[in-house]
Amino acid sequence: MKRMIMAVTAALLASTGLTRAEGELNIYNWGNYTSPEMIKKFEDQYKVKVTITDYDSNDTALAKVRQGGSGFDMVVPSQNYIPIWISEGLFLETDPGKMENFTHVAKEWQNPEFDPGRKYTVPWAMGIVGTVVNTDVYKGDINTWGIIFNTPDELKGKVNVVPEMTDVIDAAVLYNGGKKCTGDLAILKKVRDTLVAAKPNWVAMEYGTIQKMGSGDFAASSDWNGSAFRQRLANPAIKFGYPKEGYVNWSDNLAVLKDAKNVENAKLFQNFMMDPANAGMNSGFHRYANGIAGSGEFMPADMKGAPEIDIPAEFASVGVPSQTCPPDVQELYTKIWTELQK
Amino acid sequence: MADMPGTIEAEKSRDIRKRWLLSLPALLIILVASTGPLLIVLVYSFLTPGAYGDVQWLPSLDGWIGVVMEKDIFDGTVSLADAHVSIFMRSVMLSLATTVLTLLVGFPTAYFIATRPEKTRELWLFLITIPFWTNLLIRTFAILEIIRNEGLINGLMLKSGLISKPIQMLFTDGAILTGMVYVYLPLMVLPLYASMEKLDFRLVEAAYDLYATPFRVLRKIIFPLVKPGVIAGSILVFIPALGAYVTPSILGGGKNMMLGNLIELQFGQGRNWPLGSALSITLMLIVMAALLVYVRNAGSQGSRHG
Repeated sequence: MKRMIMAVTAALLASTGLTRAEGELNIYNWGNYTSPEMIKKFEDQYKVKVTITDYDSNDTALAKVRQGGSGFDMVVPSQNYIPIWISEGLFLETDPGKMENFTHVAKEWQNPEFDPGRKYTVPWAMGIVGTVVNTDVYKGDINTWGIIFNTPDELKGKVNVVPEMTDVIDAAVLYNGGKKCTGDLAILKKVRDTLVAAKPNWVAMEYGTIQKMGSGDFAASSDWNGSAFRQRLANPAIKFGYPKEGYVNWSDNLAVLKDAKNVENAKLFQNFMMDPANAGMNSGFHRYANGIAGSGEFMPADMKGAPEIDIPAEFASVGVPSQTCPPDVQELYTKIWTELQK
Repeated sequence: MADMPGTIEAEKSRDIRKRWLLSLPALLIILVASTGPLLIVLVYSFLTPGAYGDVQWLPSLDGWIGVVMEKDIFDGTVSLADAHVSIFMRSVMLSLATTVLTLLVGFPTAYFIATRPEKTRELWLFLITIPFWTNLLIRTFAILEIIRNEGLINGLMLKSGLISKPIQMLFTDGAILTGMVYVYLPLMVLPLYASMEKLDFRLVEAAYDLYATPFRVLRKIIFPLVKPGVIAGSILVFIPALGAYVTPSILGGGKNMMLGNLIELQFGQGRNWPLGSALSITLMLIVMAALLVYVRNAGSQGSRHG
């Protein structure tokens, strides 16, 4: 009996040892954001078993990893959170700027403000916070935050606002001529008044825009361009608006955690993601741009020249990069947000 | 002979001690697992928020002050935290309305079941428990499918020509209340049924024999006898309804915060864990106050009968 137990234990140990040898990689990422096809390719190429766990917000991801022992190797935070991750010492300095495929990273993304010299992160996806409008319901100009903050009569009672606090308040700040993350009380007072006056015209504040724009529960919403792309594929009348008052450009970036157990595999994956073929395959799934030059030819045909992805020249200059707001501004934002929803 | 009672006594106390010792591990686990996290919440409510979430270990009362007072960000005047008070009031009012409505619907339901022949009662009870088989979230989304603009009700009414354009039912207060009543109804019916089952219907008959009107029978005979069930059901509905935020945000569209959302905001985008902790404890205090009212009520009733 004893011998049998030992034999079984040995066999078990051997088998786990074997899977270890094959390699593992645990990625912690936003939900519905990773191409399964691309992951399959990575698994086959490097004989690594990839596990993906979802999170729904930057704050959730940060809170969970900060407690330690999360067991994840990689994470994909937004650029405005990346300085926090770096200053809290949660990232491993893998120096993607020196990796083989780094030459494929588009010029404007090679030395971003949030990660100078790309010491930690590689681009995953980038997009814009703008508006979506069902143009069957409203024929006017959709390239304005007025859709949300000064709702035209046709859209009254049919507008949704995605309840991302910072996105919504920043949009109202830009609409009132202020700068993102402003602490200017004169502007913030106008922002508060704008929001409070606009709210009666909204029907909801929800995330599920793809489904509800499609079903007609909403006729307009604040939204991300990749989401707008998916909505247009379902209903060609749904169009993405680039607010002329200014909009926020964001990006999500792939980094390796300091307490990662599979560091070598994680580095392989960072390099893998900068290969145009792989980045293009991933964009075909999440429908955002990816910051890798030459990845366009590996994307599905319907993404070429898509109005949600190719920013029209007239609106290109009004985009502002997403940044972390200082804590005192965040506190002002939270107070306005609470007041709005009281 | 004389020391016999003593040995029995000693035996008894040894037995009791043994039982305590045996249940000690379980009691300890319960104590640690239930009060441990609460203590953390309590301690956090007296600390300073960290710059990007979490807490700094500097003692501060700001979290607690923030629950009831607010400094106007524009003119700097300090006043009652109007936003928090109105969110608290909204949650309390919604819970009260849910309790009253579930009682109005649940009372006749429980009475109906209790007055069925004994054989079929189990079947009726079984039917009441069916909603529990499905997850709360899925049931809420099912209601959403029924009342949305292109949903079942609007679809049927449009097709039959009763209305020419859909009625906005989703994202209204009515939608929230419907969802809440639907979700919490079984919690009201079950305790009500438990006390109605014990009701001696001969008393009802006697009252009728003495020419009492049906309303008088309900008010003077049935209601006082099933009151413990009414109170238990009300507490069971009121307390979870106070913290509910899934149903209100799905059916109400999330435009107005509930207490649950307000607390969540502080731990997420608001990055003010001490305020969130203080708000959570405040919510618990309200629940405890409600329970105290219940205990008092039940207690005074017991003494009156005794």
